[in-house]
Amino acid sequence: MKPGDRPGAEAIRRKGWFVAHRWLLARRLSQLVILGLFLAGPWLGIWIVKGNLASSLTLEVLPLTDPLLLLQVLASGQMPAATAVTGAAIVLVFYLLVGGRVYCSWVCPVNPITDAAEWLRCRLGIKGGARFSDQTRNWLLGAIPLLAAVSGGLAWELVNPVSMVYRGLVFGMGLAWGVLVAIFLLDLFVGRRAWCGHLCPVGAFYGLLGGVALVRVGALRRERCDDCLDCFAVCPEHQVIKPALKGADQGLGPVILSGHCTNCGRCIDVCGREVFAFTTRFTRSAHKIRPVNTGDNHPQEVSS
Amino acid sequence: MIGNEKGQKGFDPGRRRWLTDGLRTVAGVALVAGLVGVQQRQARALPATAIRPPGAADDEALFQGACIRCGLCVRDCPYDTLKLAQLGDEVALGTPYFVARDIPCEMCDDLPCVKACPTGALDPELTRIEDSRMGLAVLIDQESCIAFQGLRCEVCFNICPVRGKAISLNKQHNARSGKHALFIPVVHSRDCTGCGKCEKACILDEAAIKVLPIALAKGLLGQHYRLGWEQKADAGGSLVTPDTPHQYNLPEGMRYEHGGRGLLPAEPGGAAVPSPAPSAPAPYPALGPGASLGPDPSSALAPDIMPPLPPAAASPFPANPLETLNRGGGI
Repeated sequence: MKPGDRPGAEAIRRKGWFVAHRWLLARRLSQLVILGLFLAGPWLGIWIVKGNLASSLTLEVLPLTDPLLLLQVLASGQMPAATAVTGAAIVLVFYLLVGGRVYCSWVCPVNPITDAAEWLRCRLGIKGGARFSDQTRNWLLGAIPLLAAVSGGLAWELVNPVSMVYRGLVFGMGLAWGVLVAIFLLDLFVGRRAWCGHLCPVGAFYGLLGGVALVRVGALRRERCDDCLDCFAVCPEHQVIKPALKGADQGLGPVILSGHCTNCGRCIDVCGREVFAFTTRFTRSAHKIRPVNTGDNHPQEVSS
Repeated sequence: MIGNEKGQKGFDPGRRRWLTDGLRTVAGVALVAGLVGVQQRQARALPATAIRPPGAADDEALFQGACIRCGLCVRDCPYDTLKLAQLGDEVALGTPYFVARDIPCEMCDDLPCVKACPTGALDPELTRIEDSRMGLAVLIDQESCIAFQGLRCEVCFNICPVRGKAISLNKQHNARSGKHALFIPVVHSRDCTGCGKCEKACILDEAAIKVLPIALAKGLLGQHYRLGWEQKADAGGSLVTPDTPHQYNLPEGMRYEHGGRGLLPAEPGGAAVPSPAPSAPAPYPALGPGASLGPDPSSALAPDIMPPLPPAAASPFPANPLETLNRGGGI
């Protein structure tokens, strides 16, 4: 990154604007299409998907249920009906394949809001702020089933901004706009990536799935890295990059195995040297994908 | 953990920071969880006007544990009766409910809302809408209900989908006019589903009949009560020494009818004429004198129409038996 450049400037010069934004555009498209599918019914009378992200029915046959909500029902001491269990199983399998926090970056309605806050934060040069431990979300996640068990109700769903926003968009917001604004301001002024990166227990839940999910981003051509730090600058969970990108000496990587990687693909976009690519968690090296003359003499392990 | 270099005297800044960070996080999460827990307790208090869809558990806490707030019941409600509670509503966020005075439940035979529920929070074992108990209608303001003024309204009676069973009309004496009847709507919990159509239809500016949660609307008779007439019916006969028949010192040739007509000439032949039997048994015992109105008011009214008195020539007594009764003394 040259001084004065914004992250990704080199990628735009090398690859063109569109290629340097393709995963971002694909994510925004995904978020819009999913929201559009939910809204097509109430707005246009085209009923492809009914319900909301808590539980939905697609084309009258495919049930999808949020596993975290189902977990809360179970914790509250009730056995949900088969439809919800089936729907949750389908969702679990899907995210185990495509990467747990794909939910966060490709589906969740809060993501565009926090991305916007982060963008504005960079533009305004706001630095510092409160420091939340990124363990907070895990503690909150642990508290959720506990609350359901103790109170007998889905207590978290009284305050959960994620389900609140989607339900609001599809069924009517009420005062939920205030929650959106609060999260935006939290991320803008209080702490960088405070909500999605530190606090949100829904993200933590999908992060657990991501820890064992199949599709991952890998720094497959990490030997090309010129340390421009663009990927660190754009990554919403930048702590996940270092082991994969710089861990060759410790025998780590090149695949980002941390569940907190959201598979957003932004690092792929902004890297001018095409270090990153989507791959599977079983990839051990880049050779099978595209042989690259690395210039070093160590024999490379062939991907398993 | 940031660093592990031990400082002097065993002081370890990394460990200390880890500890304080951890404690801060746990304390923060515990605070949030506590607040949310309290919120959940308060959220169980459903406003009396918010009615849950058919098949929802009576116990609000149970329902809030089973409902995942997806809104599929709302989507499949053909009358847009159901809605999801929004942030700021008094109902637990995201749960389905309806307000009878706005849009009541139309009691679909095929229960689309129950079928749509993915979790079973709306009980899939509910297959007949007549068996649902969303609430209970209560004629809560007798001062405003115009039936109590002696005016004919009966809109709630007529709109009731379980017509004639969930709401019946009980005929009572109109003491104000002295000669008219009051047609009083009476709700019967045995058949009322709590759909709220009566509340919606009530002609007052503010409904006099309202659907309330059953727990709020129903009383409960003490378990030790034994109703004599029920015991008698169960046993097939009186369980106590029967009362001796009342003896009246009636004028000769007269009899007394207890159904409200009073002193009547005895029929020739001595056998007391039974008052005309109701053409159809009324479904519920009348509250006051007079029969209740069953499914068809016109047939139910028939029993109380007086038969014509026999011609005066057939009796040795004056046409008005009271003259005989009151002879020789004033009242």
